Amino acid sequence: MSVSLTYAYYPGCSSTGTSIEYDMSSRAICAALDITLTDVPNWSCCGSTPAHTVDHTLSSALSARNLCQVASMGLTAAVTPCPSCLSNLKTAQHRMKNDSFREKVSKLLDKPADITVETKSVLQILVEDYGIEKIKAKVKKPLTGLTVAAYYGCIMNRPAEIMNFDDREHPMAMDNIMTALGATVVPFPLKVECCGASFGIPRKDVVMRLSGKLLDTAKEMGAMALVTACPLCQMNLDMRQEQINSANGSKHHMPIFYFTQLMGLAFGLTEKELGIDKLCVNPRTVIDALGMEGNSKEKSQ
Amino acid sequence: MKIGVFVCHCGSNIEGTVDTAAVAAAAREFPGVAFATDTMYTCSEPGQEEIVNAIKEHQLDGVVVASCTPRMHEQTFRRTVERAGLNRYLFEMANIREHVSWIGKDREANTNKATDLVRMAASKLLHNRPLLSKQFDINKRVLIIGGGVAGIQAALDCAEGGLEVVLVEKTTTIGGKMAKLDKTFPTVDCSCCILGPRMVDVAQHPNITLYAYSEIEEVSGYVGNFDVKVKKKATYVDWDKCTGCGICMTKCPSKKATDYFNEGIGKTTAINIPFPQAIPKKAKIDADFCMKLQKGKCGICAKVCPSGCIDFTQQDEFVTEKVGAIVAATGFDLFDWTVYGEYGGGRYPDVITSLQYERMLSASGPTGGHIKRPSDGKEPKNVVFIQCVGSRDKSVGRPYCTGFCCMYTAKQAILTKDHLPESQTYVFYMDIRATGKNYDEFTRRAMEEYNAKYIRGRVSMIYPKGDSLLVRGADTLMGTQVEVDADLVVLAVGAEAAAGAAGLAEKLRISYDSYGFYMEGHPKLKPVETNTAGVYLAGSCQGPKDIPSSVAQGSAAASKVLGLFSKDKLASDPQVSVVDIKRCIGCGKCMKTCPFGAIKEIDFRGMKKAEVIETVCQGCGICTSTCPQGAAQLQHFTDNQILSEVNALCQF
Repeated sequence: MSVSLTYAYYPGCSSTGTSIEYDMSSRAICAALDITLTDVPNWSCCGSTPAHTVDHTLSSALSARNLCQVASMGLTAAVTPCPSCLSNLKTAQHRMKNDSFREKVSKLLDKPADITVETKSVLQILVEDYGIEKIKAKVKKPLTGLTVAAYYGCIMNRPAEIMNFDDREHPMAMDNIMTALGATVVPFPLKVECCGASFGIPRKDVVMRLSGKLLDTAKEMGAMALVTACPLCQMNLDMRQEQINSANGSKHHMPIFYFTQLMGLAFGLTEKELGIDKLCVNPRTVIDALGMEGNSKEKSQ
Repeated sequence: MKIGVFVCHCGSNIEGTVDTAAVAAAAREFPGVAFATDTMYTCSEPGQEEIVNAIKEHQLDGVVVASCTPRMHEQTFRRTVERAGLNRYLFEMANIREHVSWIGKDREANTNKATDLVRMAASKLLHNRPLLSKQFDINKRVLIIGGGVAGIQAALDCAEGGLEVVLVEKTTTIGGKMAKLDKTFPTVDCSCCILGPRMVDVAQHPNITLYAYSEIEEVSGYVGNFDVKVKKKATYVDWDKCTGCGICMTKCPSKKATDYFNEGIGKTTAINIPFPQAIPKKAKIDADFCMKLQKGKCGICAKVCPSGCIDFTQQDEFVTEKVGAIVAATGFDLFDWTVYGEYGGGRYPDVITSLQYERMLSASGPTGGHIKRPSDGKEPKNVVFIQCVGSRDKSVGRPYCTGFCCMYTAKQAILTKDHLPESQTYVFYMDIRATGKNYDEFTRRAMEEYNAKYIRGRVSMIYPKGDSLLVRGADTLMGTQVEVDADLVVLAVGAEAAAGAAGLAEKLRISYDSYGFYMEGHPKLKPVETNTAGVYLAGSCQGPKDIPSSVAQGSAAASKVLGLFSKDKLASDPQVSVVDIKRCIGCGKCMKTCPFGAIKEIDFRGMKKAEVIETVCQGCGICTSTCPQGAAQLQHFTDNQILSEVNALCQF
């Protein structure tokens, strides 16, 4: 590659805790692909669901602050692995196109809100800026024999006019990456359905029902594992899988990977770098079935 | 000049916000005005009599009426002044209703603006000159474009009225969308049984010349004298010899050609006759699938054809027809529903369109009238219909109601129960629009006698679950989500303007709306006319229509053509451009800008000059603004006339 891609990297709060493996694997694969991620200095939380459900101005101000930080780095594009952070960043940018709203936001900030920074997800830069063909060329250990369902969640692509990425009803970005890695991708009809999101706390039954349906359908379609791009989706499906099993009387044992982890495995990175051991549902059998030399070696170490 | 001014109250339409008496009083002071008054309804019979009497009593030689838009009553008042012995062009109209009283509430401001408009009209009138029409011969033949039910009706009515008809159809057979339908609502008549005989009438009528598989290449001329170039597309079959026996179809080895007539349900042969009742019943080779035309090998049809009509070297042919009037009856196309990702975007074979379902229901269709799932050929038990697919949906750029889908969906629900008594139908709808005669009774029958379950709400998602499809939607009456297990989903796809509608409109010089539907002359009072003289509309090209409305329009357009042709000569409009030969420097700019080719170059004593062909000029005025010398002047809108209006308005 002649010119390396460089982005301001906004990890988001989940990346420091529940989805640390998403952060680790995102950084690892970007390094492997010569994509430079520079952390946004002194970034703050986007406010997540609580902020935007209570106050749009506050929510946008939180995002606007981080966008100002990006602008101060001299970079024009910010990237985050988390669709929820991205949704907040993009919604703030969308709302700030209205001058009076932007003025209200700017009052809460130390400096006027920046409206020039471009925001994207890690998934988006991989398919749009880097390219599937180049990803394919980087594969050292194809995921042959792995059958996965790609699950995007409900906000990665929607609302379409704000997120402006892939198809709102039938996205293919992750499907195409997985195919490029050598995996078999089942046509997963619920790829943009809601997992129950943050209802896991106030109304756990909702998550049990919605995420349960995702697992049931993925299994019916013959998937060995689900691939996600969202920390909250991953947590509901992975960490709560036992709860789902006991609530619905199901017996799922389905590993829930971040797509970046599978990319890392195919690029020949170590399980440790990719935080594979952070997953709740043990993916051992699935990974071993791939018969990757590197993996078995690592296991013996 | 002695001008009379009549300021109309239009009941309270104008008088409500304009002091008409004050406008009349002000007008009495304008140059040339000898008489001015306000009247209750100027267009009424006593109102018109008042004008006639005033002309006689005051020896008026020009009249201004300040009332509504000239589109409404200019013709009326021109006839009035003519009755009193004046030339019809010594009349001016000031629009103080649409341009004043209807759009402002400030009575004083309105009165001032109305006074200004009257001043402009009176001032222009001072410069008006009598203009006289010329008579020209007309060619009493009519071109009908489109052989659907509207075009067939128009063709037969014109032919019965004694006119020579040229009918041009884009596909290889007439019949249009109606020929593809199994049954019609609300009578559940067999569609092809009622249409078929009319198609045969077209074929057999001595006054009708049919060009099938042909398109309009070029249109020139004007009302009464159009020249139309028709492209007869290559069929690779000599239709003069083809008897429609169909032997070629039984022997053609290329059996995977797209079956357009059956909407892609099933396949057909590369050489084919679309359906048994086709008119004309002639074979055509689909070059995309023909092995001989693609690879140079095969030619079996040529060997088996008993009349030797196969001609692989055939080329497109052009013919020119001279006609006096044109009826556009080009119909509609179906909305491309695959933009709806939530319905699978075309990925699920058991999600089909209503017209595909119609072909499946038809006894002469690809499944012989048996309802079969495209995926596995099984009979469905649960059939879900989704209405408003590409209708009343701003998000896909189709905010209008197609108008007939509610009805055909009810019909298809009834027919489903007739074909498969064990089946259960569900209909997702937004509102039921059943406003025709016996229409609402029909949709009720579907619900009450045929047990179709109507669910008011939109479908959010269709996805495969095992062997069937899960349809998830909202039931807005119950305020709940519903999920229906469907074996087959039928989408009531809406209508959109036919592909190529815009291109044809440009050839015909008629206007179309932002969706591509052709614009009628007036939404209420000129439903089948266009703003181009001699060009008429029928059927869905003007907007989605069901069969009875299309047929009614076909007849209406025919009656307009017969009315036009009831005269032997037509009067030309004298409001055309005239070139002052003394001023013309022969630069030719007007010839380049004229959109109608109405200006020709002449030689005048060795000098190049421009001359307007009066019968071709449409009076658009582009040449007058192009001419650097002011030599081209549009009659009734000359520079002097327009400047006098400007001067009347800007008096400082």
